[in-house]
Amino acid sequence: MTDEVERPPGRAAALTAAVAWVGERVIAGVEAFVGVLSLGASVARWMLRPPFRLENLFAQFDFVGVGSVLIVALTGLFTGMVFATQSWSAFERFGAESLVGPTVAITITRELAPVLSALMITMRAGSATCTELGTMRVTEQVDALETMAVSPVQYLLVPRVLAGLLMGPLLAMLFDTAGIFGGFAVAVLIKGLSVGTFLLRTQDIVGPDDVTEGLVKSAVFGLVVMLIACYRGYYASGGAKGVGQATTSAMVTSAVSVFVLDYLLGLLFH
Amino acid sequence: MGERTAMISVRDLYKSFGDHQVLSGVNLDVEEGTTCVILGGSGSGKTVLMKHIIGLLKPDRGQVFVEGEDVVPLGDLELERVRRKFGMVFQGAALFDSMTVYENVSFPLREHSKLSESEIRKRVQDKLAIVGLHDVAEKYPAELSGGMRKRVGLARAIVRDPKIVLYDEPTTGLDPITTDYVDEMILTAKEKLGVTSLVISHDVASSFKVADQIAFLSDGKIVAHAPPAQLRASTHPVVKLFLSTWFGKN
Repeated sequence: MTDEVERPPGRAAALTAAVAWVGERVIAGVEAFVGVLSLGASVARWMLRPPFRLENLFAQFDFVGVGSVLIVALTGLFTGMVFATQSWSAFERFGAESLVGPTVAITITRELAPVLSALMITMRAGSATCTELGTMRVTEQVDALETMAVSPVQYLLVPRVLAGLLMGPLLAMLFDTAGIFGGFAVAVLIKGLSVGTFLLRTQDIVGPDDVTEGLVKSAVFGLVVMLIACYRGYYASGGAKGVGQATTSAMVTSAVSVFVLDYLLGLLFH
Repeated sequence: MGERTAMISVRDLYKSFGDHQVLSGVNLDVEEGTTCVILGGSGSGKTVLMKHIIGLLKPDRGQVFVEGEDVVPLGDLELERVRRKFGMVFQGAALFDSMTVYENVSFPLREHSKLSESEIRKRVQDKLAIVGLHDVAEKYPAELSGGMRKRVGLARAIVRDPKIVLYDEPTTGLDPITTDYVDEMILTAKEKLGVTSLVISHDVASSFKVADQIAFLSDGKIVAHAPPAQLRASTHPVVKLFLSTWFGKN
């Protein structure tokens, strides 16, 4: 007979399962990160090779950019209005209502415009892009392109990624305009601040660097969210369920990436 | 009779996905201007073999020659050159669902030729006529039946007059009359265009109708390769069992 010390049953198994769960997700995350980078490199390579399909490119500009104008303008307008309302209630305690204009403008141009317009692109254009590419993958339309000696990366992905890169800053500019107008509407038209105070204080404090920071961020965000949507859709598998999972994953990954990148880019600028 | 040259040659092709060995040393020759059917059960690796031939998959080892050129080591751009020799008809047709029939069939011409719009229109109409389709040019794939989509798929595959046409399960899921029509379509494409055809199928009746040669794929290997009449006399147990499902046990 041996006097073996008995371990609580299931405890080791639970620990092993937990470690395996974390490990699997870390590996999947690293694989996805490398996959997105690799696809990005492939897109960059094919972008420089003829033929240049301008028709496809402008169709994506239209879809990602023009199609998002209303939703971005509305989001910007109400974000500016909400921010101005909250700022006013804080600043009026110190008699500093004149700072509402620059506060709204700086926050919107540096942070809210790039982040929220990128999230709008993700929800509207990114989800549709991922679903469309995923459906094309599982119905062999992507394979069909390849067998017809047409690079799917060049034909499908290059215009979509370029649209994200170039339309991101334009939509952020629209968000800036709508957001500052929203702040103006609350501070001047509703609360009664003078037009001159709002504009002069904003002009004094907000500089071109603030706008540039926002535009650079929005270009990076636009590029990244469209690249993630393309990656998840392009490599989707498993029929309709697989396409749905790919789209969910693309949305979550894109949104989290925008916030992480916003912090990292903020460190670079400041 | 002059000796025919092999348009497609597969040599000792191996491919596995994870632990699953799909191809285990496939050897195959398809002669120019003939129709070869790869016959085999579901999951036997037929589609995987076809994807290697057109360069969509890379093997673990082995060689695939198309007109004497090994396509395995080729990069993306070189593969595009080789793929221009092919037309492929997919199991589900794989038509671009955002495009009309006309746009689908004209797509390869727009990508790889400098034909005028009127020349493109004439070529598309000719090919649609070969597959027996009229007045569908402006319809979208969702408005067509399964058989019609397959025929549009063939018209798209042959619109550039390729040397080789690959058919992936062309009769799967079709009713007997449409199946017969698709068989005729394959024979017509061969007669009128003189193409080399490789057909992936598990449909015994269709295979015996369209094939000059039938290669039977089982356990990742070609276990029998012969003209249809000779294949019926095969003594290989899996081939006998497979054919008995159509021809009976005697």
